[in-house]
Amino acid sequence: MSEFFTISVLAATLGTAIRFAVPYLLAALGETIGQRSGVLNLGVDGTMLLGGFGAYYAVLKTDSHSLGILVGLGVGLLMGVVYAYVTVFLDAKQGISGIGIYLFGLGFSDLLFQELVGTPLPIRPLPTLDKLPVVGGLFEPLVEIEVIGPLLFDHNLLTYLAFLLVPAVTWLLMKTTFGMNVRAVGENPQAADSLGVSVAKTRFIAILMGSTLAGVAGATLSMQLAIFQHNLTNGIGFIAVALVYFGAWRPRWVMAGALLYGLVTATRIRWQSLGIIPQGASDVAAMAPAIITILALVLLASRVRGPAALTKPFSRH
Amino acid sequence: MKRLLGASVPLGAALLAFMFGAIMILFLGEDPIAGLRAIIDGAFGTGDRLAATAVRATPLLLVGAGITIAFRASVINIGGEGQIIAGALLSTAVALWIPGTPKVLLIPLVILAGLVGGGIWGAIPGALKAYASVNEILSTIMLNIVAIQLMNYLLRGPMIDPIEVGTSRIPQTQRLTDNAALPTLIDGSRLHLGVPIAILAAVLVYIMLFRTPLGFRLRAVGHNPDAARAAGISVEKNIVSALGMSGALSGLAGVVLVFGSESLRLVTDGGSAGFTGSAGFNGIVAALFGGLHPLWTIPSSFLFGSLLTGATELQRALQIPNALAIALNGLIVLFVVSSDRVRAWLDRRLDKSMRPGDAA
Repeated sequence: MSEFFTISVLAATLGTAIRFAVPYLLAALGETIGQRSGVLNLGVDGTMLLGGFGAYYAVLKTDSHSLGILVGLGVGLLMGVVYAYVTVFLDAKQGISGIGIYLFGLGFSDLLFQELVGTPLPIRPLPTLDKLPVVGGLFEPLVEIEVIGPLLFDHNLLTYLAFLLVPAVTWLLMKTTFGMNVRAVGENPQAADSLGVSVAKTRFIAILMGSTLAGVAGATLSMQLAIFQHNLTNGIGFIAVALVYFGAWRPRWVMAGALLYGLVTATRIRWQSLGIIPQGASDVAAMAPAIITILALVLLASRVRGPAALTKPFSRH
Repeated sequence: MKRLLGASVPLGAALLAFMFGAIMILFLGEDPIAGLRAIIDGAFGTGDRLAATAVRATPLLLVGAGITIAFRASVINIGGEGQIIAGALLSTAVALWIPGTPKVLLIPLVILAGLVGGGIWGAIPGALKAYASVNEILSTIMLNIVAIQLMNYLLRGPMIDPIEVGTSRIPQTQRLTDNAALPTLIDGSRLHLGVPIAILAAVLVYIMLFRTPLGFRLRAVGHNPDAARAAGISVEKNIVSALGMSGALSGLAGVVLVFGSESLRLVTDGGSAGFTGSAGFNGIVAALFGGLHPLWTIPSSFLFGSLLTGATELQRALQIPNALAIALNGLIVLFVVSSDRVRAWLDRRLDKSMRPGDAA
């Protein structure tokens, strides 16, 4: 145990935790926007898988991470259009429609992977700041700094972007007209409608934003791991949905939840690789975040109220 | 006329999904007709394949029958995966614990263990919803994760096949004794007792839901909880029993997956679908496709079972990955849930063309 509690190992573990948290954070922030507008999207995991494969394939073929991100973004947007159309215009039940999106993403990403790639070929991982072209040299000395280096600077650009999105999404939801509309249609669509806010349009855009972020989350995951395989996410998208409830629909608390997941995972893997705990204990520890989430939901359920119109389709008739 | 309409909507959804599948096969540079032939041949071509299809449909039917109970009570059970695993773990533990027990005693015991394991795993989110207002979609998803990790732990540790210790360490139990195998119905065939058990379960669910006071209460709670409460029905108790029963049937699916398998052991790959083959999700698809009616879920499960076995042949004959079946399942869900609007529209048209009161 003592070999874990050295400053450098702790810092490295925290650094890993931050990186692990990114896919959860991106997906959960997106889901927060959608849910604030009253729409639950259970299909996040499927969208992440397709976005993740798209990005992986783009990098495999062109070696361009920017293109990978763009593909993830595009895939997320497309899946969002489908989901928004089905739930907003066809009034389909949200919980189940999401399962449809999930199964489609799970099957289709696997189909494309087997057909186009076959064996899991590794790709170049997302470069950390010091490995970036042109400006990389500036960051090299920063990464070398003890403790602070691995904690704050040994990350890729998407990591910083994800954490910058936390205040950005808060601002979007709380300070802009669009955000006000989103919250209004999520709380009381009838009232919003009578004030001239288009419920359908607002929800449509909110879902697109959420789904796009899910696609980017998947792209980040596959580019961080530098690989793709069947069911790469292994349920991260479902956890992201739970994190939105866990974080009581507030981006800051959603971030706390994502970091908790990252921290537990990073610590577990570090302990196992240091031989502090055997595989068995590591498997038991892997249950912890899910159990913590359930306990948090029990504690929060009676205290925190979500968007009142969540999962309720709106129609004027 | 309305009945015809009720059946035409899911069939239309399936047709749309299959057309999409055909387009995908075209894009992969194969002949869709040959693809369809391979699927049909793979699912129904020989007696063995037909048996494989029925066996493949069994867990879907059990999960699906359970889903109809939960959904009729307006409880969304996404926890089929976890409940299958819980049932499989408990029943396998029982079989490992008392290996020498005679078959006539052991089989009912492992079935009971599966029902109890899955039932508990379902009743937990039920109780959390009823007494702590925890959203059951979230708690069932979280309990899926807990169950998967619990299985990983047990199959790599306490329950691992002693032969695997120190070698490749495949996460699996030892092969169970032959007296634990579900008896086959026809000699030399893979068709086992699980198939009639699942059909019987679906019929019993139908009787329970539509012919007993318990089923009436469950549906009343699902239809309008406030009215049910006013009529003196305990909403809380019925939510717990709906999810408990739903979970128990999924647990039974776990029993069938272990004790009806050729390898006769519980084995995983560490991932979420390694053992279940996503039956916990595909069962939802089958139930939805069957209009959330337990009896219609029987042919519906058989259809989805045939899609799964057919896809295996599709992969063998035309090298088209069998993941196609899962993707099509997702599309079918989307088409079916979107069809409510279409159905309502058709309903209105029908009502207009017929005199009011005619269409009942």
